[in-house]
Amino acid sequence: MESHPDLTASVIRGLGWLYLIMAVMNLFWTINVFQSGKAYESIAGFKHIPKAAPWGLYTIVLFMIGIVHVVFDSSPADFQFLLPLGFKNLVDVIIANPISYFAVSMVIFVAMIWLRKWWTKPTVAWVLLNASMLFLGVSMTDYDFRQIVGKPDNVPIVGMLFLVGFFTWLYFYKSVENDRRIAAGEPKIEDEQSEQVLVWPDLVYTEMICMLLLTALLIAWGIALQAPLEEPASAVKTPNPSKAPWYFLGLQEMLVYYDPWMAGVVLPSVILVGLMAIPYIDFNTKGNGYYTFEERKFSIVTFLFGFLPLWIGMIVLGTFIRGPNWNMFGLYEYWDVHKLEVLNNVDLSQMFWVDWLGKPLPRPDANASTITQIRTILLREWLGFVLILAYLFILPPLMAVTVFRNFFVKMGFLRFMVLANLILLMAALPLKMALRWAFTLKYIISIPEWFFNI
Amino acid sequence: MSVGEYIRESQIWKSIFRHPAPYDRRNRAVVMLTNFFLHLHPVSVKQGGIALSYTWCMGGVTFFLFLVETLTGVLLMFYYRPTLEWAFTDIRALRDVTTLGIMREIHRWGAHAMVITVWLHMYRVFLTGSYKPPREFNWVVGVLLLVLTLLLSFTGYLLPWDQLAIWAITVGSNMARATPVLGHEGPGFQLLNLGGYDLITNASDARFLLLGSRFVGEETLNRFYILHCVAIPLVVATLIAIHFWRVRKDGGISQPL
Ligand code: HEM
Repeated sequence: MESHPDLTASVIRGLGWLYLIMAVMNLFWTINVFQSGKAYESIAGFKHIPKAAPWGLYTIVLFMIGIVHVVFDSSPADFQFLLPLGFKNLVDVIIANPISYFAVSMVIFVAMIWLRKWWTKPTVAWVLLNASMLFLGVSMTDYDFRQIVGKPDNVPIVGMLFLVGFFTWLYFYKSVENDRRIAAGEPKIEDEQSEQVLVWPDLVYTEMICMLLLTALLIAWGIALQAPLEEPASAVKTPNPSKAPWYFLGLQEMLVYYDPWMAGVVLPSVILVGLMAIPYIDFNTKGNGYYTFEERKFSIVTFLFGFLPLWIGMIVLGTFIRGPNWNMFGLYEYWDVHKLEVLNNVDLSQMFWVDWLGKPLPRPDANASTITQIRTILLREWLGFVLILAYLFILPPLMAVTVFRNFFVKMGFLRFMVLANLILLMAALPLKMALRWAFTLKYIISIPEWFFNI
Repeated sequence: MSVGEYIRESQIWKSIFRHPAPYDRRNRAVVMLTNFFLHLHPVSVKQGGIALSYTWCMGGVTFFLFLVETLTGVLLMFYYRPTLEWAFTDIRALRDVTTLGIMREIHRWGAHAMVITVWLHMYRVFLTGSYKPPREFNWVVGVLLLVLTLLLSFTGYLLPWDQLAIWAITVGSNMARATPVLGHEGPGFQLLNLGGYDLITNASDARFLLLGSRFVGEETLNRFYILHCVAIPLVVATLIAIHFWRVRKDGGISQPL
């Protein structure tokens, strides 16, 4: 949108500092690569080009871009380092649509696991880090992106994404190495660190340095970024969108697919109970106290699925992408209150009676006795009940005798049933999403009379 | 004799620290045993257990942030009055006029950071399989700490009493209306009735218990203030003590078996 003041001089200068920091980071990286002495055999006829050369070039370019930003003093309108409109529109189209959003996050998730040996290579990881920082930097030139990412309470989330990315990388990096060592019969990384050391000074000093650095960080953060304070509370002025605190936005996102009693009460409780149950249902004794992927594939993939796309991914969605009226907006899209999204979701009972049988939906007669009313309602919703009960009670035994046979034998009945139900309940969210997108399904069981919708 | 040595040799210093600065192996062990704060730690540990690349230091950072929050929180309590009349103005004064009003910034960013680090701590404990026997129960204690950390953050979110605060809490607590059986818009609330009168109404359901009122109002502010400043921190502190005690009793930081 043209009407927005797209860039101010201070934003440009701030970006300059970001690029300068990146330049310094890459300077160290270049030196590191140079010292390793590696070289390309031949490129376009030239022999023995040090691998550090392209990095050096990149570093110089970053320095120049950084300087240009920092000393920029003509009108922001003349600024040139912008994102191409085509790119913005493409990103917006993909992100502002739940189907492609989840498709993309699933592709990334699968690639992360599949290609773990490749992307944990330090060079690849470094390229990824640079790419994400550049993406963030250049995107900041966009007004709408800055509005939402630059909100004081959202800044920590950006930090969190980098931290989660880094630690996920660290995990896979160490696991790949350990798995290789285990296969080769060598001692694991952790086995090499089994020497006994004194807590004073080794640990006490680490702790002290950590505390000093953290204190400095918090003070710097507090000076740089003011805590938000909006208008005084008013019970009549409802903001649009109204959002829960950011760490609950994953739960709020579930409200799109489930009613509050499921999304706000049952599923969160299941998450907590499920977390607490983990040590008691994971019967695999391997992988205790060291990083590994191969030795505990199932539990790792399940947990990563719950934590990355479902928890973190939904927080990102809820924070950065859900706008007015809980519609989805692209990262570079203006939060237009009047954006219309057609919602014509139908209940399963409606589909069954009206669309498939061509009959009217059975309606409980308000004057009839309670028992008759209940009977009518159950008749109306019978298909939903059958499906849900089958999902919760028939599927687990089926799993036990088929795909999960091994698990069942090792775990015993009770443990297995708990595991199966927890997994099914976790899968309930992506399943409902898929049903919604594929069949515009609203509720599987829909009994508004009792506030009982699933 | 250098100044540092002079101080360390003085009667006052010795009376406080009970043990001279340790330079040799034996004394480095003894200092751990004779200092109240250090005795949380064992005397020696496996190198891997304190490797930053193994623990990510996230449990420690979470604990440190909890201490920071306690300290800055107490300072903020001197300025802040949890009433409809004063809550918002006090926070605004912290921003505009109070010296060291930056305590609010540190408190808020520290709270966000704590939520993040507690997740990352859980993430690493899971990924290293450190919840496996004999550490199952400490994982459960951990999950409780996680919930309480979120609740601390949530109850604190209301205190500035601005638009951001009350609407976030309104949205967050609306769910409680739908609690099965116990919420007045939850499935099965009609089950609890006496002679045809519903026991669960909007003035007696789970949400009312949480808010102390039918909407986010003065009662809620009071309730959340007490939960945030007294009740939850006490529980968290107790659980952290148990958590640390268990870390040591369960054999220290997990190691390959
Ligand atoms: C207020 C929150 C918490 C604090 C202050 C805390 C603190 C700590 C500290 C300092 C350690 C020592 C090792 C390390 O730093 O990694 C530790 C270990 C541990 N924590 Fe936590 N923790 C908290 C929450 C949690 C949560 C949410 C979980 C899991 C759900 C958890 C499970 C564990 C387990 C199982 C260990 C033993 C790990 C091992 O031996 O490798 N803790 N905790």
